[in-house]
Amino acid sequence: MPGEKVDDWLKRKKAASVAKEEKVIDRRQRVMPREQPPEERIKNFDEVSHTYTDDEAKREAQRCLKCKTPMCIEGCPVGIDIPKFVTEIAGGRTQEAARTIKERNSLPAICGRVCPQESQCEKLCILGMKWRPLSIGRLERYAADMQQDERVEPQPPNGHKVAVIGSGPAGLTAAGELAKMGYKVVIYEALHTAGGVLAYGIPEFRLPKDIVAKEVAYVRSLGVEIRLNQIVGKTVTIDELLEQYDAVFIGSGAGLPNFLGIPGENLNGVYSANEYLTRVNLMKAYKFPEYDTPIKRGKTVAVVGGGNVAMDAARTARRLGARVYLIYRRGEEEMPARREEIEHAREEGIEFKLLMNPVRVIGDDQGWVRGIECVTMELSEPDESGRARPVPVKGSETVLDVDTVIIAIGNSPNPLLAKTTQGLKLNRHGALEVDGYTFMTSKEGVFAGGDAVSGSATVISAMGQAKEAAKAIDEYVKSKAGK
Amino acid sequence: MDTQLHRIVSKSRIASFTTQLVVEAPDVARKARAGQFVIVRAAEHGERIPLTIADYDRERGTITMVIQPVGRSTGLICSMCESDSLLDVAGPLGNPTEPVEGGTVVCIGGGIGIAPIYPIAREMKALGNRVITIIGARSADYLFWEDKLGAVSDEVHIATDDGSKGIKGFVTMPLQDLLKSGARIDRVIAIGPLIMMKNVANTTRPFGVKTIVSLNTVMVDGTGMCGSCRVSVAGQTKFSCVDGPEFDAHDVNFDELLARGRIYSLEEGAAREAYEHMKDGEPLCLARK
Repeated sequence: MPGEKVDDWLKRKKAASVAKEEKVIDRRQRVMPREQPPEERIKNFDEVSHTYTDDEAKREAQRCLKCKTPMCIEGCPVGIDIPKFVTEIAGGRTQEAARTIKERNSLPAICGRVCPQESQCEKLCILGMKWRPLSIGRLERYAADMQQDERVEPQPPNGHKVAVIGSGPAGLTAAGELAKMGYKVVIYEALHTAGGVLAYGIPEFRLPKDIVAKEVAYVRSLGVEIRLNQIVGKTVTIDELLEQYDAVFIGSGAGLPNFLGIPGENLNGVYSANEYLTRVNLMKAYKFPEYDTPIKRGKTVAVVGGGNVAMDAARTARRLGARVYLIYRRGEEEMPARREEIEHAREEGIEFKLLMNPVRVIGDDQGWVRGIECVTMELSEPDESGRARPVPVKGSETVLDVDTVIIAIGNSPNPLLAKTTQGLKLNRHGALEVDGYTFMTSKEGVFAGGDAVSGSATVISAMGQAKEAAKAIDEYVKSKAGK
Repeated sequence: MDTQLHRIVSKSRIASFTTQLVVEAPDVARKARAGQFVIVRAAEHGERIPLTIADYDRERGTITMVIQPVGRSTGLICSMCESDSLLDVAGPLGNPTEPVEGGTVVCIGGGIGIAPIYPIAREMKALGNRVITIIGARSADYLFWEDKLGAVSDEVHIATDDGSKGIKGFVTMPLQDLLKSGARIDRVIAIGPLIMMKNVANTTRPFGVKTIVSLNTVMVDGTGMCGSCRVSVAGQTKFSCVDGPEFDAHDVNFDELLARGRIYSLEEGAAREAYEHMKDGEPLCLARK
């Protein structure tokens, strides 16, 4: 302070440093955000967990040890500078934190909510060696949710155009990255709403649709055009796109539902998880008849599968008023779903039927589901995926009385694009074959990433691939233009 | 949003309870082929429903759809006015009709199925086939496009349930006569109510004539991502939106389809009751706000 004596200055400094030391940070406990109690939330589709308050976020951010060699960054598929943005939150500089995240990730409000952090950034957090790791996902979500009125200056155009097929996580990321580099990008989306699985698959109670709309608007603000109701392969072909654009990126995902192939699967009341979730999330069938799309509100529902989609379907059915069984052929340890989702499902009263496998769906004489016959499984030696192989126990058949069955055993890439495009090679899983370095498909100038290449995986891995592919597209277009 | 608006260029009543709409959809018109369909969502809060492309005009960028107001969504669409717009029209979807060249093709349209049979008959005629068209409906009031079909057919047979026009009875009767006459028939293509298509399949089966039906199943996305439209064909599950909508009638499990068609009958009733823009069974043109 001006005019302050040296002694006073020293005194003031000392007092400040004492105060600082007195404020001990307890690193042992994670700061947990508020959640809707289970008995409340099963009656609505509102988000289960709240975003941190400013105070909660600051306290959690202060747990970070600011490692010299931060392992967490290694665990993040898009390499966000985690210690930097966490420090910014700890210092109350939330807007800066959001900007730091957006340097690497165009969809932080989504990733903060749906990433399996326990197997990515948070898995490698040093705090986790002794206590619980830093809640990186919740902090990312906080920064994204708190970000205000963002203006993004479009890049000066570089004169090149890229078409992106699909507006899911991969397509939005590739489009955003390319737009930042100055490309004119047009996304072709088959449905009437952008977002892919974020719009039709992940339920409101986990990912509110206005958050998705906000993130899509951000990608648009980068200068990306999104054309809806365009089914590439039908409305327009890849070959036609190649005539108008310097390159094409395929981010069409893995949206073809797998069925079990057991008797009775075409009975009334058997849904693919894709259909069930699309009706509820995209078409808002839970608001029928205010919205026109209907859905069967079963009294007792069996969901088959153990991934995130199975959890989403089970928790959705619960919210539509059903008693819900979750049938999974391995044990809980082997479930690929996020731990948090499994816990949430349990709290909401989903009844887990583990080590059980459906053998047929039983119907009445009018063609409606009235039960599902299952066989008990036991685990034997690990299979090629490294997980214990489940084997049926002879004579252990039991019947669960259900009126609705939802099949959530995974998706495959939709064959439509390959069927309508000459020279697009598929691997034996029906996914697009791409070069590991250039992300280029077997067709010159056509690149691909996300679930269309890897089969069904995670939102963030699709985004990570799309980011790399965007770089490869940039190199390809520039080198071609240079020739 | 970067959605095209699909303006209704013209709207006319072409038969009892039957509305013809010509709609701007240049992207669809550019690619449409006989046998394909579109998914339509008329308005916000609306559901996605499949409608067959009954005609298209590539130059004007329009498609024609023929619709009966049987429920909430079709009722809403039929009550829209000229120059109103449909919110979403996605397509063309499904596979085009498999061509036959230089043979004899029997095209059968029942009820609303008369509309989608038209572009197929036209294409078959253009491919040098002898085209025999059979159309049927409840009564003469429900018939339409007889002239249009006449212009692309070598013969047109008409059947009505009540005998008010053509022969009294079902479309299978003239078909049976044709088959029995021993004339060479290379292909039968039938579009109409499920029960009619099932009966056509049963009529041609003993004669071994390849018969194609276009299935109108419950659909949501229409692009193969949900399986609501699945159907058993020769014992295998197929998605009618991407594998069809046309299948070999002799391989289709019609009984399963009949059951699946009833999945939402309760909900459809509730939705219909919530729909008020009807007068004497006909939709009113909604007053524009």
